[in-house]
Amino acid sequence: MKPTPWALVFGAWLVAAVSTLGALFLSEVMYLPPCLLCWYQRVFMFPLVAVLAVGLFPFDRTVVRYAMPLALAGWLVAVAHVLLMAGLIPEAAIPCTQGVPCSRIDFLLFGFLTLPMLSAVAFSAIGALLAAAHYSSRTDPT
Amino acid sequence: MNRKIVFLSAAAILLAGFGSAAVMVRDRQAESAARTAVAHRDALVRFHAPVYGRAEAPVNIVEFFDPACETCAAFYPLTKDMMAAHPGRIRMTLRYTPFHQGSDKVVMLLEAARKQGKHQQALETLLAAQDAWVVHHVAHADRALKVLEQAGLGLNLEQLVLDMTSPEIAGIIARDMADAQALGVSKTPTFFVNGKPMPSFGATQLKALVDEALAATGG
Repeated sequence: MKPTPWALVFGAWLVAAVSTLGALFLSEVMYLPPCLLCWYQRVFMFPLVAVLAVGLFPFDRTVVRYAMPLALAGWLVAVAHVLLMAGLIPEAAIPCTQGVPCSRIDFLLFGFLTLPMLSAVAFSAIGALLAAAHYSSRTDPT
Repeated sequence: MNRKIVFLSAAAILLAGFGSAAVMVRDRQAESAARTAVAHRDALVRFHAPVYGRAEAPVNIVEFFDPACETCAAFYPLTKDMMAAHPGRIRMTLRYTPFHQGSDKVVMLLEAARKQGKHQQALETLLAAQDAWVVHHVAHADRALKVLEQAGLGLNLEQLVLDMTSPEIAGIIARDMADAQALGVSKTPTFFVNGKPMPSFGATQLKALVDEALAATGG
């Protein structure tokens, strides 16, 4: 069964909501202070929760147009952060002066996934789901 | 299936998951803070630390504080009122954690004032006029000195400035910061009442902890 565009946008909202709550959990409950690049990723992730939710009720396919720039910008920051952690971009090339170095690894999931990687995966998933919703057959009413 | 129901239940499940995980983690944090306080109880009270109140008072509030921290200034009247409400039964030990930029210099001022027997007056003056010497989270010792000058506490200012730079005072700050690290103190103010940390931060929690200690020591 092919997922409806609504389900695809809903999926993107779920990813954004889980990412947002996860980020808030790490900073507010576990007291891991977010570094500067993490903040830029938050700036693009948090509003997706609200924007996509508004687009779901009543369903408005054009929400993809509003959400996609956020997902793209967040994806770019996340990828830059991953490259920085991998040492492929020198730290000096990116402003990173909020007391918490962006290259330090504070948290590992399953022993190898860093937070910027998770963020890059989340932004990729949101972008892919939104693109799928946009290009799924135009005749689908919803 | 109704989309609204799908959406709302997903949101509810996410929020409930967040809430219960937060409660679990907070409980674990409180337990580990209590364990750390017991393991490092020797780091809580040092002879060099200034103490307000009767030295033999059974209830000891240890406060790790930063004179430039707004919340510390807001909590000061609270602890003072509690001490006034139970005369002779509460003492307060002050430990320095000058986390704000420039705040260590202000701590030096306070310690120099202590040498002249005016620690509490100087601290109360500085806390009350905090806005005058903390600008954008940076503490300015020169402005703090002016505040002290204008308060007319009868301080010998020349001696005060001389004493500020003494290695003894630098040692006190270094010791307090090291003890704070051992005890896991990373925010100000952090209170310990008879060795116990607050389960969560707040004025009510502090009062409850003090009342509990008062009751436990027969009052």
